[in-house]
Formats: sequence, structure tokens, C-alpha cells
Amino acid sequence: MTLKSEPFVVNLGPQHPSTHGVFRLRLTLDGERIIDADMVMGYLHRSMEKLAEERTYTQNIPFTDRTDYLAAMTGNLAYVMAVEKLMGIEPPERALWLRTIMSELQRFASHCMAIGIFANDCGAWQTPVMHMFRDREKILDLFEMACGARLTLNYMRIGGVSRDIPPEFIPAARKLMQDLPRRLAEYESLLLDNEIIVARSRGIGVLTPEEAMAYSVSGPLLRASGVAWDIRTADPYAAYDKVDFDIAVGTSGDVYDRFVVRLAEMRQSLRILEQALDMMPSGPIHARLPTATAQPGDAPVAPLALRPPVGEAYARIESPRGELGFYLVSDGGPAPFRFHIRSPSFINLSALKKMTVGVTVADAIVILGSVDIVVGEVDR
Amino acid sequence: MTFLAPWYDLRDLGNAVQALLDRIRDWGAPDWVPYAVSSLIGAVGILLWVVLSVLAFIWIERRVVALMQNRIGPNRVGPAGLLQPVADALKLLLKEPITPRDADRILFWMAPIVIFIPTLVIFAVIPFGGRMVLADLNVGVLFLIAIATINTPAVFLAGWSSNNKYALLGAMRTIAMLISYEVVQVLALLAVVLFAGSMRLGDIVAWQQHYNVWIVFLQPLGILAYIISGAVEINRSPTDISEAESEIVAGYHTEYGGIKFGFFYQAEYMAGFAIAAIITTLYLGGYTAWGLEKWVPGWALFLGKLYAVFFIYIWSRGTLPRLRIDQLMSFAWKFLLPLSLVNVALVGAEVLVWDETGVSANVALPIIGAVNLVFCLVAVVAWARLLGHGAGRQRGRRALLTKEVGVIHFEPAEGASPGPAGIPAAQALRRRSGQA
Amino acid sequence: MTSDLFGDYIAVLIAAILGFVLVGGALIANLILSPRQPTRTKGVTYECGMLTIGRTRTQLHFRYYLFAILFLIFDIEAVFLFPWAVTFLEIGKQAFWEMIAFIAILGFGLAYAWKKGVLRWR
Repeated sequence: MTLKSEPFVVNLGPQHPSTHGVFRLRLTLDGERIIDADMVMGYLHRSMEKLAEERTYTQNIPFTDRTDYLAAMTGNLAYVMAVEKLMGIEPPERALWLRTIMSELQRFASHCMAIGIFANDCGAWQTPVMHMFRDREKILDLFEMACGARLTLNYMRIGGVSRDIPPEFIPAARKLMQDLPRRLAEYESLLLDNEIIVARSRGIGVLTPEEAMAYSVSGPLLRASGVAWDIRTADPYAAYDKVDFDIAVGTSGDVYDRFVVRLAEMRQSLRILEQALDMMPSGPIHARLPTATAQPGDAPVAPLALRPPVGEAYARIESPRGELGFYLVSDGGPAPFRFHIRSPSFINLSALKKMTVGVTVADAIVILGSVDIVVGEVDR
Repeated sequence: MTFLAPWYDLRDLGNAVQALLDRIRDWGAPDWVPYAVSSLIGAVGILLWVVLSVLAFIWIERRVVALMQNRIGPNRVGPAGLLQPVADALKLLLKEPITPRDADRILFWMAPIVIFIPTLVIFAVIPFGGRMVLADLNVGVLFLIAIATINTPAVFLAGWSSNNKYALLGAMRTIAMLISYEVVQVLALLAVVLFAGSMRLGDIVAWQQHYNVWIVFLQPLGILAYIISGAVEINRSPTDISEAESEIVAGYHTEYGGIKFGFFYQAEYMAGFAIAAIITTLYLGGYTAWGLEKWVPGWALFLGKLYAVFFIYIWSRGTLPRLRIDQLMSFAWKFLLPLSLVNVALVGAEVLVWDETGVSANVALPIIGAVNLVFCLVAVVAWARLLGHGAGRQRGRRALLTKEVGVIHFEPAEGASPGPAGIPAAQALRRRSGQA
Repeated sequence: MTSDLFGDYIAVLIAAILGFVLVGGALIANLILSPRQPTRTKGVTYECGMLTIGRTRTQLHFRYYLFAILFLIFDIEAVFLFPWAVTFLEIGKQAFWEMIAFIAILGFGLAYAWKKGVLRWR
């Protein structure tokens, strides 16, 4: 039986409790059912790629904190790797291990947010978020210990890291490594078999492997669709080729699998961290930069001195949200000629329309939560 | 009316009122004066109690949920943050009343009034103590159902008049939910009335006192259905879809601010207390507790039970995610409704057999309780299995772990939505707009 | 007895009036106490910071039209069932079976509606 009805357009965002920032979703609804979805972005556009062309290579590092502000470490890392590739710098061993440790801590912290907010989007009234925050705070404490900041870290440097970790870092990290598996088991028991979460997320927002690859999504979104693709294994960077870990893969590409994959990745992060804490060598944390005049010890060089040779470089890493790549073109000057970010949030978001058309509003919110966007990274 | 106890007998505050009324009568006042005075005392008492309880429970809920979430909760205003609700209420009172430009002004202002009064009136028929009931109507249960339904049009008034799409969606959702769970609620109450043989709430409590049994033991399925449909009625998670803040911002009261919002908020709490009061009265023996009421004031027992029931809703709010509207609708119509229908027939048969055979209550009631408990367990499990929700079916998967890159293993979950293939978006849009 | 009944409803009415007085009083107090500086943007409909697109009072497709009809049937059933529940012991066995038949017919109706797919949220 059909009743006469009109499609009507609803703005979900920019000022909406669950669009994870100022992201706007213009939905055309037929009752509760979505028949068309438009993604409108740019509300947080800060013109980073253009601004970066006016700043030196070192001055651009803080920008990378502010793209994906939930995972500043990985943003830093991808950028400095691109510059190193451009200049042909090999960071010392210890710096590579420090980068690995920080990236994995950051992945854990970021997935904490992703899972907590996802449960919030399912309607769990703040409780999972608050529990996840507890662990994220501990990790941020470690970051504070290492570099003095908690959110916008600015820790990585071209050719190494900004400073060595203090002596109390390793004991604190080991203590955390003992606590986190128990916490993780608690979350798994509370969330994985939760009937309501399963009912809400299973079979929703399915991306087949072919579709996922066609949309070039990456990260947990891609792996949930059954494609084992992880830059840490496929194109190892930092010290990932020296540690033993598995890629977590989902089997059905729905919202639930993304959530399962994230939880499994948190376990793998802990595995990597435990190995890295054991295997980290001592030594310098910063490479000598080519243009550096001879300096006492290993003190970082003056930023303006960096003038990479003419050329281009693309470096990619596995950020918590997927493949984060930086593409740099140098014309030999002190500032990049072109600075481009391949941001995983932005590209994963392009599959949102595919996933949301045909489902209800409530499902759309859950799907958006499962994509785990950071608007700072989408809009840059 | 006679003195049953001295006026200072605090076990039943009705005594004091009765003493006062007798005094007034002795003064030679006309007949209607005691009536009016007693009604007024009762109404003012209920109002005061409700407002104070709401204020207290706003604080309790925030602190308890904060504990569940590793937070501290409000602790700045007054000792331990106790004055926070008062401060909030004052703030709401002093806020500028904003009416959206395109709103239907009259209906927009009417909605908070319409939603507030019925939730207050419900308490008029609730027996707080042996003689502490404002109006023990002979159709009490029907009255409860009728009055509790009034907030449906009130919610729709709010949603429709505010000229907001979220509000409209929220109002639509509310009505869909309420018409579904109303039926379940009615059938659950029907089973209680079958036992007690009266719709007067006082009689139902007296029946429980007489047979020394709370109806919850005879009606496990009934209380389950009633608690769930109560959660729907007061928009508590997991059924808070009509004001789902992560989906439709605040649902039907999105456009309301200031004291108008305050009344929605308070009405929601009061409806929560009303549901808890109904559960207490009908299922948990009201103001009685197996003879304990001789020593402890009945109203204290009643309030204790009421708050304990209300705590369930606070707890679920801090714990459970939200279901989707179609899941909730099918839960009501496909799960609760058939079981409730069978339950009513079963209770009718039990009461009839008990009446015909004439066995004593000491034998009959345990048997009935056992039968209904078994029925509840078996029916719930079997029916869930039949509908494909059996234990294990919904268990979560775990991620596969692999070291190789590019392995593809894909099998969509059963019942996966077809996604956009089901509705070609542009086509659907064109068809719809062509039709409209 | 009639006066008692009347008195009961008077009490309910008094409670309702009291509620009305409270709400009305608070609304009036709000009008008196609160600042009033209406501006154009304050009155704009909230839609996540954007202006509303299209009409708001559209003909929304509410999917539960048939649910609503079912609801009417079952609610009327309840009206019949309550008086029966109070008195069926006095009327006797035959009343019980009549009501069972009534419930069964409704149950079959529900099953039929289910079978026809009415209970599916589309």
C-alpha cells in the first residue's frame, strides 16, 4: 500500500551532536528512509596545503598536528618521512623505534575515541566514551612525558624526533602495557557481544571488497571488507619490519566488522608496543641533516637551513584512519612548492553515500560513526 | 468516617488529614469544605513531593551516571552539588523565551502545559498509603491508561508546532512507539486486574496484602512487558529514539528552551515516577510489605520501592545503547504482543480454575506463580528462537588475523541490507518528486 | 455513593487545576523575569546551523499507518476486556470462553497482518 508523501531534505550538521565536528550531511528523506545523501564539507577548511607553501619544511610540522588532531603523531610522522625521502635522510635506529612506539600509542588512543564515539552514535549515553577516555588519558600522559604536549604534539622532526624520552617513560609505558590488555578485555566483553550493538551494526553499511577498493578506502574500513592491506606490512616504515604483528581483517564489511577490526588492532598495537619497548636500542635520536654545519653533539640544525634538492616525494603510513600520505614537490627553495595531503578521512568519506542511501537516519549516523572521520583531516 | 489511629500516627499521613477534617467538621463548616480541603491538601502534597523528588533525582541520576562513567558529576553548587538542580531550574526560569518565527505560536506554548498536567494527575489515583490516596477511583487502572496516553498528543503538538524537521521526525517516532507499546501495556495491566478482580488501585493493593503475595511473583512476564513499555513511554534508553540526541538532536523538544523545556524535562521525570508508582502499586504490593507496614510507615515503603524501580531506568540509561525504530516496533508487535495475549488467556484460565475448584490460596497461588514463571521463561526463549533471535545467533564475530597482504575473505552477514543497490538514489528521488 | 464518585473526580480536577496553576505561574514568571531581546536570527528554525530547505510541514511518509489501525483494534479490545476482567467470575465459565474466542480472533488477525507483511517497517 502506498501513501502519498514528499521527500524532504534534512541537514545533518554542521552543528549536529554526532557529525564529529563541523561536517554536513544533506539527507533527502522519505519518512525515515534515506533516498539521497549529499556530503557537504569545507566548514573547517584552513587552507593548510596553500599555507604550507609559504613556510619552511620544519615550520610545516605543526600543521600536520592539526589535520588529524586525534592522531597528531602519525600526521607528524608521515610528513617528516616525506621530507626525509625528498632529502635522502636516514634517521638513526633509536629514532625509528621511538616513532614506532609513538605511532602505536597514538593508534590505540585514536581507536579508543573511534570506538567510544561509535558506541555513542549507537545511543549509549556517553558511558563507553568516558571509559575509553580513561585509557586515552593515560596515553596522553605518556605523550606529555615525551614531548610536553598532549594533543598537538609536534614531536617528530626531519631526521629523527624532537627529543629523547625521559628515563621515567619506559617504566610508565610498561605499567600501562600491563593495565591495557585487561581494560581491552573488559571493553570486548562489554561491547562485542552486546545484543543491541550487534543488532544495530550488523549488516549495515556493507562495502564489498570490490567496492571498497574502487572507492580506494583504506584503514579499518578496507580491512573490515576482508582486504588485508596494511601499509605497516605492505610497505614497512619506521621499525615495523622488525616487529611481529598481524593484520586484523573483518569478513563481512559491515559496521560491526569495522568496530571489531578496530578492537583487534588495539590488541595488535599492544603487541607491537611490548616488542618495541624491549627491542629499542640506545643511541642518537636525530640524524645529521645534509646542510647542517658541524654542530656539537647531535643538536638539531637551524630550520631555515633545510633546502631539499629539486624533486618530488610521496611517503605514506598507516594512520589510525587509513593510508595517510604526504606528497611534496621541492623547487630547491626553503619552502615546499607543493604540499598535498592524501587524508584517509576524506577518501573514506567518499564511500559514505554508497553506504547510506537506502538505510534509515539512525543507521546513517552509525555508519558515519564507523567511518571515523576527523573533520580537521577532511577539510584540512 | 471514624478515627482509626491518632493524628500523630505517622505510619499513615491520612490520619493527620482526617483529624484536621474532623476538626473542620466540628466547627460546623458546610459539607463541601472538608472535601475541598482534603483534595487541596492531597494535591499540594503530591505536587510538593513530585517537585522535590524530581529535583533530588536529577541530582541522583547525574551523580549515579557519573559514577558509572568514571566521572564525578555535579559537585560545585551547594554541598556535593546538591543545589545544582535548583540552580538549573532557576536558570531555566530566567531564560528568554524564544518562539521560532514560523512556529504555530498557540500550539507551541500549549504543548508544555498539556504534557505536564496529565503526568501530575496520574498521581491522584496512586495510593501512597492506606488512606493516602487523593481519589481512589473505581476505574483506577483505566484512568491510568487514559491519562498516560494524553502525553502522545502533547508530544505531537510540540513536534508539529515547532516547525522543525527534527522535531517532526521525533514526534512521528514518538507516536509510532507509543501506539505500539500502549497495547502491550494495557494487556499487562489486564492480567493484574484479572487477578485482583477490581480496577480500583486500593483494592489491588489490598488483594496483594490479603493474599500476602506481590503480583510480580504471579506475573513475571507482565512486569517485564510493563517495565519495557514504561521505558518507551518515558523515552529512556534503550528506547529513547524519540529524542535520540545522536540522531535527531533532541527530537520533539528541539526548539524548546527556557522554562518550556524545563517542563518537558520535568514531565519526563514525573512520567518516570508515575511508571515506577504504577509498577510499585500493581506489581510490588504498593505500600505493603508482608507485614512490615505495621512498623515502617507505608508511604516510606511505597517511596522506597518506587525509587528502586526508577533506579532501573537510571541504570539502563547509563548502560544500554539505543535500538532502531523498526527493531522496537517489531519487538512490540511480534514479540511482546503475542506473548501478552497468551498471558491474558492463561491468567484468565488460572483464575477461573482457582475459582471453580476452590482450593485455598496457600496452594493455588504458589502453583499459579510457578506455572506463570515457567510460562514466562519458556515462552520468551521459545518465541525468540522461533523469530530467529536465539542465544548464540546474535553473538559477535571476531576479526581474522593474518600476516599476508591482500588476502580477501568476504561473506556478507545474513540479512545484510542491499545498500544502494536496493534503491537507485537518483531514480528514487526523481520518481518521488515527480509524484509529489 | 454518587457523591463519593463525584468527590473523587473533583479531587482529580483540583490536582489538574493545581498543575495548570504551577505551569501557568512559571510561564508568567518567566515572561516577567526573563530578558527579552528578540532578534531575527533567534527566531530561525534550528537545523544544525543551516537554513531549512523546503517546507517543514511536508507530507511525511509515516510508515506505521497500518500499525495505527491495528492499534485501534487492540485498544478497543482492551476497553472490552477490562470490564470482563472484573466481572467474568460472576458471569461464569461461558463468559471466559467467549472472551478466549475474542482474543483468539484478534490473535488470528494479528497473525494474518503479520503474514501479509503489515508488521514490517518499510
